[in-house]
Amino acid sequence: MMVSGLALANPQPWQLNMPTGATTIAQRIYDVHMLAFWVCVAIGVVVYGAMVYALFKFRKSRGAVPARWSHNTAMELVWTTIPIIILIVMAWPATKLVVDMANVENSEMTIKVTGYQWKWRYEYVDYFGKATPVNFISTLDEHSNRVRQTGSGLDPHAVKDGGENVYLLNVDRPLLLPVGVKVRFVLTADDVIHSWWVPDLGWKQDAIPGIINSNWTRIDTAGTYRGQCAELCGKDHGFMPIVVKAVPKAEFEQWLATQEGAAAAAKTAQAAPAATSATQG
Amino acid sequence: MAAVNPAIPDTHSDAHEHKPHGFLQRWLFTTNHKDIGTLYLVFSLTAFFIGGTFAMLIRAELFQPGLQLMQPEFFNQLTTMHGLIMIFGAIMPAFVGLANWMIPMMIGAPDMALPRMNNWSFWILPFAFLLLVMEVFLPGGGPQGGWTMYPPLALEGGANVAFMIFAVHLMGISSIMGAINIIATILNMRAPGMDLLKMPVFVWSWLITAFLLIMVMPVLAGAVTMLLTDKFFGTSFFNAAGGGDPVMFQHIFWFFGHPEVYIMILPAFGIISEIVPTFSRKPLFGYQAMVYSLASIAFLSCIVWAHHMFAVGMPLGGELFFMYGTMLIGIPTGVKVFNWVSTMWKGSITFETPMLFAIAFVVLFTIGGFSGVMCAIVPADFQYQDTYFVVSHFHYVLVSGALFGIMAAVYYWLPKWSGNMYSEKWGKIHFWSSVISVNVLFFPQHFVGLAGMPRRIPDYNVAFADFNMMSSIGGFWFGASQFIFLGVILHCVYRSRQRATAQVWEGARGLEWTLPSPAPYHSFSTPPVITDDMLAHGDVAH
Repeated sequence: MMVSGLALANPQPWQLNMPTGATTIAQRIYDVHMLAFWVCVAIGVVVYGAMVYALFKFRKSRGAVPARWSHNTAMELVWTTIPIIILIVMAWPATKLVVDMANVENSEMTIKVTGYQWKWRYEYVDYFGKATPVNFISTLDEHSNRVRQTGSGLDPHAVKDGGENVYLLNVDRPLLLPVGVKVRFVLTADDVIHSWWVPDLGWKQDAIPGIINSNWTRIDTAGTYRGQCAELCGKDHGFMPIVVKAVPKAEFEQWLATQEGAAAAAKTAQAAPAATSATQG
Repeated sequence: MAAVNPAIPDTHSDAHEHKPHGFLQRWLFTTNHKDIGTLYLVFSLTAFFIGGTFAMLIRAELFQPGLQLMQPEFFNQLTTMHGLIMIFGAIMPAFVGLANWMIPMMIGAPDMALPRMNNWSFWILPFAFLLLVMEVFLPGGGPQGGWTMYPPLALEGGANVAFMIFAVHLMGISSIMGAINIIATILNMRAPGMDLLKMPVFVWSWLITAFLLIMVMPVLAGAVTMLLTDKFFGTSFFNAAGGGDPVMFQHIFWFFGHPEVYIMILPAFGIISEIVPTFSRKPLFGYQAMVYSLASIAFLSCIVWAHHMFAVGMPLGGELFFMYGTMLIGIPTGVKVFNWVSTMWKGSITFETPMLFAIAFVVLFTIGGFSGVMCAIVPADFQYQDTYFVVSHFHYVLVSGALFGIMAAVYYWLPKWSGNMYSEKWGKIHFWSSVISVNVLFFPQHFVGLAGMPRRIPDYNVAFADFNMMSSIGGFWFGASQFIFLGVILHCVYRSRQRATAQVWEGARGLEWTLPSPAPYHSFSTPPVITDDMLAHGDVAH
């Protein structure tokens, strides 16, 4: 609660609660989480209150004489029925939210995420209906990687980016996304199961070999959002972070065009020596 | 040794005890439910300290950011082995040990129904456990894929995969035999007058648990056998490249794994339902509701397995079904908590160590229950899944739930087993030290989980450092506190000069308290004549 209202891009020291996130979905997840939390607090106050009262009031040392009754049908009906109503109150917004989260229709671009031990590949499959060849691997940044070696003696507090500590939460190439565009993610893996999680987007989704999962996001505010692999995937499971950089649409389109040009150039460069070697052979 | 209750013939003189002579005769070949119960409990305590050592190593590495002590491969072995040892070595055998000791005494039987099988089901365990633990010392080390053994990762191990699977098979066989024995004993060996709905709630909880065990242990055996053939015999049950499905393993595993969670908590519910009435000096509130809620929890536990898998990509209908099912478990569990509080209400309460642990159980297990309901909510679980929030949730349920239940039971029945009173002063020191440290250990894990720290990582961002250090300090403190527990037990059994009466606790009811302390080697050679006031705390009319 201490941090509610702030769209945190990074976990903060002494952070107590879930981020409210950078998307409407993340905000709504935060809301059902807080609803459930306050319901639990309320039930806790009643149950623990009754218990503490009983423990003080009905102690033998105060001369309490035990009653002999052992049932009360009316009370039992009450405390079976009221929880059912409370559960419905919690389930209702949750159900609406699950339905909305499952709806990947009308997405405007598609990103394919592939998990490898221990890095991510991002493919920009299409953007507003137009296929793109842009794809790259994203791995742990060099500085974190040096520090995290066992017994390196290097200080994790020194790994910074723009004033924020990004130890184990930074990559060489972030996933660039446009603000305000509905992005469909398709996720899979090449070796073992991974899970792609950025808390500010509100969800994680397993990346499983042989299976293609989907989910979606529409980021409202520009910023850098960090996450990590959330499914145990071997020795470097803790060292395959995710960084999503959300930029204004125009900036994204410019970037995408540059990347497409670079991809095309790389393809020609790759094809040329292959052709030469073929003639030589 | 005077008969406590004139209704029970004194057939328990030492001349009739038939205790075997010689260490091997007594312990290796034993068919006696009390000796086997003791073996289970000693085994469990040993496993608890071994699994605890692994946990201490984990908390030492997580004490501050950066890898100081170990390679990540070894860290993964620690988390995997910690889980397997604590579940299959510490918690489950402890409950089976309590069942062995107490069920015949509580239902008025001379022994378990199948005593030789009882011997076998125990003596499989040390060997299974040896296979499991020795893996750490094999070339290539122990399994690193987590106690859940998800393929394809779990199959990346070498020979340790075969060792782990063989060990799990053996532990499964042991559990199934134990469960058969418990069901046979409860259904066939009750003394006349001990109707099903007059049984102590602990016996009920074990009857239901035993059925769960028989239902799900073979499923686990099937799942790990498929892992074995995938690894060594070229099948493709879970290999996508061969037409298999890695997610199918998770469905099969959690069809075992979720009832397993309740296998580890239902007997603790039974224990708390014995202890709270004793120290409140008042009958258990709503005996029948307690029995039916146990049964409904057991039933629901079989249809909610996929709530461990909300992020694997299930169809919308599946997500909703498993969300609603899981939330429903809150109803019968709530009934139990309300009934325990109502049992205390207008009682005459004293605070001996078993009661302190029982009260802590009700409070802290409920916290685990609250975070459980939160985890049931699918959209929120998309955030919680595989984070420290979940680690905190299940440790509240298993440590301050199941383990505190076991400790409560040990303090409650130890005078009956040993004939001596334990040191109340040191018992209370153990309690306060444990109950404070367990919260310092696990409560901050809620916060780092919500802030974004995934579970099963050996190193973390500096933002998580403060709470992790706090958690580690709590961990070392909790670990050290358990040596007090060990000391109290050893002192009680070997050194205590304070003899226990047959009744032990002023408010205790039930057949086990009609036997002298220590309980004679054979419990009831002739069936006791049961009167309603001797029965456990259930109001027999309701």
